[in-house]
Amino acid sequence: MTTAPITMVEGKAIALPGHDIDTDRIIPARFLKSISFAGLGNHVFADDRAAAGGDHPFDRPEHQGARILVVNRNFGCGSSREHAPRSLQRWGIAAVIGESFAEIFASNCLALGMPCLRGETGTVEDIQQLVQEQPGVHFCLTLEAPTLRGLDRHWPLTMENGPQTMLLNGCWDATGLLLSHDDRLRRTALQLPYLNDFALSN
Amino acid sequence: MSTGTLYDKVWELHRVAELPGGQTQLFIGLHLIHEVTSPQAFAMLDERGLGVRHPERTVATVDHIVPTTDQGRPLADPLAEAMFSALEKNCADHGLRLYGLDSGQQGIVHVIAPELGLSQPGMTVACGDSHTSTHGAFGAIAFGIGTTQVRDVLASQSLAMDKLKVRRVSIHGSLAPGVFAKDVALHVIRRLGVKSGVGYAYEFAGSCIAAMAMEERMTLCNMAIEAGARCGYVNPDQVCFDYLRNRPYAPTGASWQRAVTWWRSLASDGDAVYDDEVAMDAGEIVPTVTWGITPGQAMAVDEVVPTPDQLPPGERPLAQEAYRYMDLQPGQPIAGTPVDVCFIGSCTNGRLSDLRDAALVAKGRHVADGMKAFVVPGSQQVARAAEAEGLDVVFAQAGFEWRRPGCSMCLAMNPDRLEGRQISASSSNRNFKGRQGSSAGRTLLMSPAMVAAAAVSGVVTDVRTMLRTAKNTETEPVE
Repeated sequence: MTTAPITMVEGKAIALPGHDIDTDRIIPARFLKSISFAGLGNHVFADDRAAAGGDHPFDRPEHQGARILVVNRNFGCGSSREHAPRSLQRWGIAAVIGESFAEIFASNCLALGMPCLRGETGTVEDIQQLVQEQPGVHFCLTLEAPTLRGLDRHWPLTMENGPQTMLLNGCWDATGLLLSHDDRLRRTALQLPYLNDFALSN
Repeated sequence: MSTGTLYDKVWELHRVAELPGGQTQLFIGLHLIHEVTSPQAFAMLDERGLGVRHPERTVATVDHIVPTTDQGRPLADPLAEAMFSALEKNCADHGLRLYGLDSGQQGIVHVIAPELGLSQPGMTVACGDSHTSTHGAFGAIAFGIGTTQVRDVLASQSLAMDKLKVRRVSIHGSLAPGVFAKDVALHVIRRLGVKSGVGYAYEFAGSCIAAMAMEERMTLCNMAIEAGARCGYVNPDQVCFDYLRNRPYAPTGASWQRAVTWWRSLASDGDAVYDDEVAMDAGEIVPTVTWGITPGQAMAVDEVVPTPDQLPPGERPLAQEAYRYMDLQPGQPIAGTPVDVCFIGSCTNGRLSDLRDAALVAKGRHVADGMKAFVVPGSQQVARAAEAEGLDVVFAQAGFEWRRPGCSMCLAMNPDRLEGRQISASSSNRNFKGRQGSSAGRTLLMSPAMVAAAAVSGVVTDVRTMLRTAKNTETEPVE
């Protein structure tokens, strides 16, 4: 299974300042009570938005249609729920820039073809300030030599090599690749003691 | 780069291939699934016409959405029933073992896999749940995954992964009475921070960990993810082997000895190289409580809520948010804070020893007026063992509700939840905003014994004072 290469994301940005924003806040657990991911986009940050009474960045008219989310440290910590990046994606987010990301959140984003790029604290805060002051700015985010450009300015970003290569080459949907190594999967299973000397009885 | 650690050895054994881009294809030895994060993965398999490659290596149970009172089918909540039914159908269609409500072995996935002997040293363990780190207590490399990765494991029994760095977290010395594994976990997270573990596996080592029973190690490894570490582990030793022996899926006969020999060889070498090392003194750990909205916002029960100037500048905005949300003032003592709901249970602290610790405090006392207090065993097996030694009666006499197994109020995907601005004393793992089911609900994380102490006194209480009293009443019964 091949997927489309992702080389750039263009559009407006939306800033969501704050450290340690967890996946329970991105999508509260009650919206996980479903056997599909349908409808999640309506509920992204549901409780934070309700508490903000319409003044949450995700509700402000100037940010509607934004594609690049700009966050701070340890974004997406907590629960492994893939519903979190799915709800962001269904709202319209196609890439996330942050100071750092929680491990499972970042790997879930990769599985959805949603790049997570890192920036230095000053860089991220600078972008956030610009987005808040001029929400209409059109940005261009490139993955090769990761950079955000907008308003004749540019901000250097970084990405892990693995995700970067997988996104650029369109092989971020791993299933096909993993299944193509049938022989090697067999060999690995044969050398694992717990699958042979004392395998689980079925 | 680390060498010679258990993490390195297990990684190497399970390495299938290097992938373009530098990731590694890693074989998954044990795959655990539940009703919340698996249905979409099965749907994705069906869309592509794929089957389950190793059905014998995936084990299912139902935990997040089951009510802890009436578990009759169909479940009262149609959404919950639909998720449960989907799990049953998916398991039947693909020939997977499901420990359902009538199995006698159902429970929280991270409680039942260890007690069945499924979680073993040297395995890679994956589950669509971040608290999969729990199984690291057995010297396994265990980590949470998302739903698309659940699909990948079902289809290929493997995952595309980046290798983590390894940090050894050594804790030396012994714990004082009234100080539990939960306090160690909260102390470690407080000291190192909630983002410290990003990019790392945490190896828990030192004399304090060596002296811990398996259930204590599970509590500690369970919370590794709250420090940001996707997996945490303890090297396998005799304590681990003794726990596993005679469990239903543990090796038997001649293979038992072969297994033990192999398991011993996996422990980190004496000259292993770590990417980072930190050490702590167990003697400085006291009963610990969270005051904020991340597990790292924790404090000793006898301290005051930290003031902004006591915190690094980078942590002050989150602290301000926490003061507002929790309605706690900087500089105020946490002890004496009134509590509305007390919850004992979860994959962190829902095992038999946790219930014993709490029962010791509850025995001969009664929950405070107006307090809602309930105990949720982590599994049907834990419930039976607790009932066999009369813990259910101790709790009931003390005014606690004795419930049926499930995830309960840890995350409120079932009827157990906070209402409005209620504040809970909870033996679970997350105090995030809204985590326990009310968007304004507040959570104070602590050990099960501390929850019991809060339940009987109505306010956050240093359990050490009550354990001293409990000992006195044991020699001279009040009743």
